[in-house]
Amino acid sequence: MTGTALLALTAAGSALGAHLLTRARWTWRTPRTSIALWQALGLAWGLASIGTLLGFGVAPYGEGILLGVVRSFEYPRLLSSIHLAAVAAGLLLALLLVGVLLIAIAGVFRARRRHRALLALVAHGDPEVPGTLVLDHPAAAAYCVPGVRSKVVVSAGTLELLGPYELAAVLAHERAHARERHDLVLLPFTSLRRIFPQSSILARTLDAVELLIEMAADDRARRHRPAKELATALLRFASAGPAPTPAGTLGVIGSDETNPILVRVRRLLAPAPLPRPVRGAMLVSATVVAALPLILYAVPA
Amino acid sequence: MCPVKGLGELERTVMEVLWHREHGATAREVGRVLADERDLAHTTVMTVLDRLAKKGFLVREREGRAWRYRPIATKEAYVAELMLGALSMTGDRDAALAHFARSVSDDEVELLRRVLDEVEGT
Repeated sequence: MTGTALLALTAAGSALGAHLLTRARWTWRTPRTSIALWQALGLAWGLASIGTLLGFGVAPYGEGILLGVVRSFEYPRLLSSIHLAAVAAGLLLALLLVGVLLIAIAGVFRARRRHRALLALVAHGDPEVPGTLVLDHPAAAAYCVPGVRSKVVVSAGTLELLGPYELAAVLAHERAHARERHDLVLLPFTSLRRIFPQSSILARTLDAVELLIEMAADDRARRHRPAKELATALLRFASAGPAPTPAGTLGVIGSDETNPILVRVRRLLAPAPLPRPVRGAMLVSATVVAALPLILYAVPA
Repeated sequence: MCPVKGLGELERTVMEVLWHREHGATAREVGRVLADERDLAHTTVMTVLDRLAKKGFLVREREGRAWRYRPIATKEAYVAELMLGALSMTGDRDAALAHFARSVSDDEVELLRRVLDEVEGT
């Protein structure tokens, strides 16, 4: 039972860790490492939750989780109904997590295919912004359609709004999203959110990871363009918002401290990256956190 | 002029033709409109129209022995659909696109403008 108890502890620990990380500010000082930490926590939570159920269920065999699940199919009569229910719940949870992720992936691919097909019909190139598609619409928008052949799209409103240097900074930011495949980073978190739409911790997790992804792209853009251009572009862009956001979609913002745009602007203008040893330690912990449940799966009893 | 061009480019051109015609067009009519610009085989035009219909951008109805094709939505409607997705106003926070910045509330606009002035002043 020790293994199962440790798995339960890991599941609870990763939930607590997620809770602490949603409040952390220091993660902003090294967004990419923090994203790795989030991924490790998410993976650990999923594996440990499934493992806790399975481990409890197959405990009577005393052969560890992996072998125990095989045994539960061979000799189900050796298990009481409670243990059998735990095994079934564990397998169902695994199926649910993987299934919803696959459905989310399929949905995203469908949406992107439609988006690309429409872009091919109505967007056009512009000699002033080579390699970028332009949409003839007065509102300001800039985004990237991720994929193997990613596309960066801006609206005519954006070209109007931003100066050439600011525009270059925005494009560098979008290309960073495309190059680092941030869409794939986000997918597991959005699909988890889809399973538990009421969970406030998952909502905050998604916000935190999204913000970190933006910061990672900001950092990448800053390598090629002056930070101030990106900062003013961000402010001009966000404050030109074509319409107020539908109520409730963004939660409570407004104070300087938590407004994601202002947070990004601040760190662009006054960057304070964490020292390399700290980042190294974070990566090591991320690896340990992700590997721990896997080891516990294999340990007998 | 430029006979060999990608299918994508052709689809665009054909859509433009249809968007400008109120009652749609048959393959022959599309070919006639485009004849000034490029020399297209009739079968090519038919293929392009058929592809666009399969992709769900055109509807077609019988007209004698030919098909008459009409766009399902206007160009503006498609641009609007793309922009809604881009501004993440569809309510669904999916990961299909990566946005530069989300739209914000009125109060925030005020705040952001103020900060912009500060930053530009430095």
